[in-house]
Parts: sequence; C-alpha cells; structure tokens
Amino acid sequence: MGSSSSSRNKIPNAQELMDQTGFSSAHLLRLYDRFECLDRDNRGYLRQDTVDFSSFVRILAHFRPTDRNRNKEGTQQELPNSRTRKLKFAFQLYDLDRDGKISREELLQVLRAMLGLQVTEEQLQSIAERAIQEADLDKDDAISFDEFKKSLEKVDIDTKMSIGFLK
Amino acid sequence: MNLVFIRQAGTLLFICMILILLHGSRGEIPSKPIAATILPSVKPDGGVQAYPEDQKNNLPMFTMNYPRIQIPFEITLWVLLASFAKIGFHVYHKITIWVPESCLLISIGLIVGAIMHSVHEEPPAVLTSNVFFLYMLPLIVLESGYFMPTRPFFENVGTVLWFAVVGTLWNSIGIGISLFAICQIPAFGVQDINLQENLLFSAIISAVDPVAVLNVFEDVSVNEQLYIVVFGECLFNDAVTVVLYNMFSFVAEMPVVEPVDVFIGVARFFIVGLGGMAFGILFGFVAAFTTRFTSKVREIEPLFVFMYSYLAYLVAELFAISSIMAIITCALTMKYYVEENVSQRSCTTIRHVIKMLASISETLIFFFLGVVTITTDHEWNWGYILFTLLFAFVWRGLGILVLTQIINPFRTIPFNMKDQFGLAYGGLRGAVSFALAFTLPDTIGRKQLFVTATIAVILFTVFLQGISIRPLIEFINVRRTNRNLETINVEIHGRLMEHTIAGIEDLCGQWSRFYWKDKFMKFNNRILRKILIRDSRAESSIVALYKKLELQNAMEILDTASGDISAAPSIVSLYEEKKSSSKPQKKFLAADLKNMHDILSKNMYKIRERTVAYRGKHALPNDNHTREILIRRHVSIRRSLRPGSFQSSSYVPRTHKYFSLPAGKSLESTFPAARRSYADDHETLSEVAYPSQRSRFGKPARSSSSKAMIPLRRLGTLEEVPSTDVLNEDSSSTEQGVFRTNSSYSDSHVPRPRRLNSSFDNNNGSADDLRNVHEEPSSPPPGWAAEPRDNTARNPLLRRPQWTPKRK
Repeated sequence: MGSSSSSRNKIPNAQELMDQTGFSSAHLLRLYDRFECLDRDNRGYLRQDTVDFSSFVRILAHFRPTDRNRNKEGTQQELPNSRTRKLKFAFQLYDLDRDGKISREELLQVLRAMLGLQVTEEQLQSIAERAIQEADLDKDDAISFDEFKKSLEKVDIDTKMSIGFLK
Repeated sequence: MNLVFIRQAGTLLFICMILILLHGSRGEIPSKPIAATILPSVKPDGGVQAYPEDQKNNLPMFTMNYPRIQIPFEITLWVLLASFAKIGFHVYHKITIWVPESCLLISIGLIVGAIMHSVHEEPPAVLTSNVFFLYMLPLIVLESGYFMPTRPFFENVGTVLWFAVVGTLWNSIGIGISLFAICQIPAFGVQDINLQENLLFSAIISAVDPVAVLNVFEDVSVNEQLYIVVFGECLFNDAVTVVLYNMFSFVAEMPVVEPVDVFIGVARFFIVGLGGMAFGILFGFVAAFTTRFTSKVREIEPLFVFMYSYLAYLVAELFAISSIMAIITCALTMKYYVEENVSQRSCTTIRHVIKMLASISETLIFFFLGVVTITTDHEWNWGYILFTLLFAFVWRGLGILVLTQIINPFRTIPFNMKDQFGLAYGGLRGAVSFALAFTLPDTIGRKQLFVTATIAVILFTVFLQGISIRPLIEFINVRRTNRNLETINVEIHGRLMEHTIAGIEDLCGQWSRFYWKDKFMKFNNRILRKILIRDSRAESSIVALYKKLELQNAMEILDTASGDISAAPSIVSLYEEKKSSSKPQKKFLAADLKNMHDILSKNMYKIRERTVAYRGKHALPNDNHTREILIRRHVSIRRSLRPGSFQSSSYVPRTHKYFSLPAGKSLESTFPAARRSYADDHETLSEVAYPSQRSRFGKPARSSSSKAMIPLRRLGTLEEVPSTDVLNEDSSSTEQGVFRTNSSYSDSHVPRPRRLNSSFDNNNGSADDLRNVHEEPSSPPPGWAAEPRDNTARNPLLRRPQWTPKRK
C-alpha cells in the first residue's frame, strides 16, 4: 500500500475525488486497493459495469463520519458526508421509483425485507400505517424527503451512518 | 393507618427476631421455660422437664434440642431478618429514593450490631471468607452476568475492559504507592507497613461495587453507554481485584521481590483472566448441550443452569484462575442457548431464582457489614485512614480522566465531562472489598488497621457518595436515554441504516464492530445452533402449550373489561371497505403502538440484537409481551368471526378459515417460519407463523408493487413442507387452528430461485422485476383480517427441519 505518487496517478481524477469527497489521499489509495480487490476481472467496474471507481468512492464518502468542527461557510452541504446527504442516501434506499416520496408500498417492501418471517401481513400493514402517520405532515400518504428528515431530527445520524475507519 | 400498623408490627417482629438470634448465638440449651416467652408456643405445664432428673423414667412430654438445629436455624433467621429489613424499606417508599438500599441495610446492620455488642455477643461465625467467596459472591456475579444486556455490552466491550483492567491497575498501584509514601512520614506511626502490604491493601480497596449507583442511574434513565460501562466495569473489576489480591498477597509474603517475579505476575494475570473465560465458555457450551436433551425432565431444567455455573466457578477456584470471569462468561454463553431449549416455565424459574438468590446474598452482605463494623476490634489510625480516603477518591478521578482521554478517540460516542463525572463519582466500594479485607492473612502485622480502613472507606463511599450521587446526577443533567421517544419511524429507519452500514462495511472489507458480530452470528447459526439447540419438539408439547395459553387468554378476556380487546381494529380490515386511497385516519392505541415496537424490535433481522430496557438491577424483565400478542391475536380471531369481514371466499371455504390449508389443496410451497431466538429476554412465545394464502388474494386496489409480499431476501428458499396434513389433523378445533403455513407467493408469477444478497441494490433491481411480473387477476384484497396469529412456542410444528436458508 505504498503511497507513492505513482500509485496515485493510477487513480483517475484523484484530486477531484479528494476534493469532492473529503477523503485523504491515503484513504483513497486504500479504497483503490480494495476496489481492485473486488474487481476480480479487472474490468474497472464493479457489478456489471455499473459502478466504477469514482462512483465507488463517492458512495462510500457518504459514510465518513461528519467532521466535528464544521466551518460555517455553507460548503458543508456539498460534502457527501453531511447529515443531509446521509439522510438522502438512506431516503433513496426506500424511494425506488425516484419520485421523491416514499410511498406506502415502498415502505412495505423495505419492511418486509427487514422483518423476519414471523410477522403477519396485517402487522406489517399496521406498522407501515403507523410510520406514515407519524411522518406524513402534508397528508399525502407518502413520506417526502423533508418529512423523512424531520422524523429523524432527533436521531444522531452521524453515529448511525458512519463507519469509523473511513475518517 | 394501615401503614402505621404494619410498621409497628414489623418493628415488633424485628425485635423478636433479634432476641431470638441473640439467644441462639449463645448456644445454650435453655432448660427452663424462660425461653417460653420467645420460642413458639411452649406451654409450661407440670411436665416440662428438659432433663429428666432421676431414674423416674417417665416419658418426657416436652424436650428441646437446640444444638441440633442451631446452625440452619440461625442462618434462616438471619436471612429472614435481612429480608424483613428489605420489606421494611419499601413500606415507606420515599426513603428508597433518596437513600440507596445498601445504605439502609448497612444502617440496620449497624443497629443490630450495636445491640449485639451491648449484650456482649459475638456475631455468628458463619460469615467467614469461605462462606462469602464460595456461596455469596457467585450468586451475585451470576446474576450480573445472566442479566447483562448483551448488545450494549459487546459494543462497549473494549471500553469496559479498558476501564476495568487498566483502571483497576492504575488505582491500586497509584493508591499503593501514595500510601507507601505516606507511611514514610513518621508522624503517622505506620512505618512498618512495607510496599507489598500497601499494594495489597490498595488492591483491596480498588474494587468498585456500584450497586447503589446503578440503581440511581436506572432511575434517572442515564444514557446507555454510561450505564453499561459502569455495570461492566464493576463486574470485571471484581475479577481483576481478586486476581491482583492473590498476586499481591503472595508477593507480600515473599521477603524479596525480583523483576522476574514481576514478569511472572503479569503473565499470570493474563493466564488467570483468559483461563477464566475459557472455562466459562466451556461450561456454558456443555450446559447448553445438556439442556438439549432435557425435554422429558422439565422439572430439573433450572438445576442445570445453576449447577453448571457453580461448577464453572468452583473449577476455576480450584485452579486459582479467575472464577468471576468464569461464571460470567458461562452465564453469557449459556443464556442464549439454554433459553431456547428450555420450557417457558423453567425459563421463568431460572430467572426468578437467580434474582432471588442474588438479592438475598447482597442483602446479607451489606447487613453483615453493618454488624461486623461494630463488633470487631478496630485499630484506628487517623492519618492512614484519612489519606486512604483521599487517595481513593483522587486516584479514581484522575484515572477516569486520563483513561477517558485515551479511549475517547476510539469510541463512536465519546464520553463527555458529565459522563466522566458520573463514572468517577460512582466508584463506591462494597462487598468485595469487605470480603477481601477479611481474608487477609494473619501474617500481615497491621491486619486490623487494614480491616478498619477498608470498612471506613466502604462506609464513607456508600453513605456519602451513595446518598449524594442522585441529586448530583440530576443536577448536572447527565445525558439521558430517550427511551420512550422513539417513534416507529425512527426504529425502522434506524434499522435500515444499520443494515446499510453492515453491508458497506462488508464492501470495505475491514475490521469493524459489525464485521466480527456478523461473522460470529454466521458461525453461530451454522454450527453452534445445530449442536446446542434442540431441533424438534414433540408436537404435543406445542399443542398443549397452545391450548393452555388459549385457556389463559380466554380467562383473561373474561376478566378484563372489554375496552382493550375489542377496540383495537385491525387496520387491514379497513382496506376492504373502501377502494380508493383515501382512508380514515386510524387511531392507534398505546397497546398497538407498543406492540408494533415489540414486533419491530423482535423481528427485524439481527444485525443488532435489541435489548430489553433495563428495569433496575433487581427487577425481572418485562413479562407482558405474551399477553399483548395473545390479546392482539384474539382480536383478529374475533374479527374473523364477524361475518362481514371475511371476503376471501374463493380459496378458503368458510369452515376451514382457521386452517392452514383449504380443504383438498396441498401447498405448493411454504415459508417456514424461522426460529426465533430468545436473545432478547422476552418471555413471549416466539413463533408467529407467517400467514398463508396471501398471494392468492391479489393486490389491493391501489397499486401493484405491494404484491411483493415476500421478504425479497427469501425468495430462494421456497420449499414444500409435505407434512402439512399433520397440521390439519392437529388443528382440530377452531380454537387451535392457527398453524398457518405459508403458501407460495411466487406461484407462477415470480421466478423461483432468486438469489439475493443483502445489499439493497438488489432490492432495487428485483423490486422492479417483481413489479413487472405481477399481474394477478383481481382477487379479494388481502384484508383478510382473519389471521389468528400463531404463537406457538419456539418451534412451529414442522418447519425447521426443512428450511434451509440459502443466502447469496
């Protein structure tokens, strides 16, 4: 894992990635090694050509722990590991059709995937119903991103959505 | 008025007991009926002759033989006395809020000791160090280990061990050396205490016992991290102290200490600690394995838990390795598997008995502390003792400060100053120090001084810090848990995030807390559970249990007002009644909500194990889940009995609506319900089998994608359960017919072997596919409220053997 500059040259757009994601160059190198390790056929893409290295890094950048001392310039919003971006990531896990709202069915899908088999459909429906009730402020029977954010305002997202060693 | 009467009666009883004890400890055989005033119902008629004098050879009408029963009698009386004291405290409720129970017990002990002293009695000789270490301490530690909240513990295990091991070392060495420095000052007259003895003494008083503190933390709902660190630290700190004590006492008797000995000491330390753990795990597994076969001998199942833990303790003592570690790890390992193997009743029994024994043990210890304080000969030395107090306090504070600074960067939730204060201030000394002090070998010249100093430190910390910690904690407003503020949303999203994190960590492929946990869980599921957990159960036991519960439930329904039961409509039934997306806002009752939380927390996939909320050290875990789930289920049964709500007629003939299969049909495939584990200390009956016939009812009028009713992960595991006929036979009455096997959702619609792995990308992909694939003919909506849920204990009849989870 030598961090010679020649290795860094292997990574396309290294500087750009570093700026956008906030990773240090050492980290970037480590991630690149990992990427190569996962990319067994050496195709430069993971998972049937959908994820290349920069997407890989960008997604992982969401999981960096937030910096404690933020500079209030407002540039924080752009870093992928800001709270809003993390929440957006989680939101997108639900919102499969990308319409900006979590509908009841999407919620149910995720619930089903998460819950074991012991839960009956009725219980699931009740739970989903309750979840929507709690979060849905404009009564459109779906959870928009702002409602999602609001429902999680008390939760320490940084702890939940961070991986310590990515710092 | 009632209260006053109780108290008067109590005090009277109390005094009687004391008199009995006093009398008893004298050990005489009362030959005269003076004893009649105390001892029960002696009618001194003319024939009272304890000793027939001459060769009269009359059959004595009344004899007494006290020495025979003396020891058990006295033990019983002491235990009763301590328990009465406990009852007494709670009669006047408010006092326990401000004064921790240990203080009260010590005070009572002091009083009794004073009484005994004034009549020149000796305390019963039963309290030797052997009794303490072999009988009392294991019980306390077993209870701590058994009821330890595992998830927070394992998340914080590094911190806990750090504080326990390094912290104790820091404390003992620090205090020892400072005391040695003090000893050099001639003014205090303690120059004869050498370094080894000082170290020994300091090891004794660094044993922390935060019973009182934990109670306060619990009442104040302090944040989970702090709680678990204090809890864990206390536990392991005991182990470390005992080890240190043994080491130092050995060293103290040696005239000269060489560097080699120090190294050996360190090595021994590790051997002792790790050896203890190894023994514990070994015995835990053996216990789990044994309980696999105890289905026929239910009455003695609790016995195994106790015997094996005790065995672990004793064997560890045999080899002079850390018995506390052994018993803790034994309890931890054992609990998870045993609670699955063992019947419901045995489970309850085990818990009750452990709590009871531990409670008594602790009570007795504090009580005796009070008694012994008065009755031993003390050697008081102002300088030494005061400095001991000072150093104990200072070094603990310093230690916490320094250690926290070092370990905070490694924690995801660092400790702030208030937490640190709580930690430092919560370092009360207690039982273990007390016992260790008494075990000091007599070769140490100043043994009495040490004993006195230890007692002084204990009393000081327990009284002063114990009483003041509550207002202080509330004052500085330590971070609290927001236990009741979690909404359903938070719980769901939180869990989703945890899954995501686990997946991403897999991607990154590096060590992290989830990584090891997942690895272990895989290992657990694949190998350990197969060996250690009983696989199948006799059908009759499940059906019998179910019958019993039904009966219980029915009786409850008769008893309780109908408010709770019938007023909780199932939301799903509402779907039937309207076809548009506008629907009435349903109000969720508190019971419903709680139910939901329970369902979520119990059923979501175990990236994390949810723990049950702490309810204080001496309270049993919550028992109400069984009731609630049963009640809810009963609602559904009732609902289904209403003629209007049941609309899915075409597949299930009405008479068979409780049965798992429509008559004449066999299952194409089933969804065996997974086995639930008891990892959460819940007393519920675990298995809620998946409702069947779901897919046949097509989609609700709203949208198509909701038809993906299967958890997407499981699609690869559809298999048939051929023996569902057995189910039909068993469910002979409508009351019982709730074994719902799961029919195929996929049927012809979803391609069957769909391999999914845990990342959510797949969910996205397959959700799309599923959506495309679904074109079911219109059929009755899934609002089939007649879903009596199946709450069989652990294993639904037949699933497990056939279910092979295939992931990835």
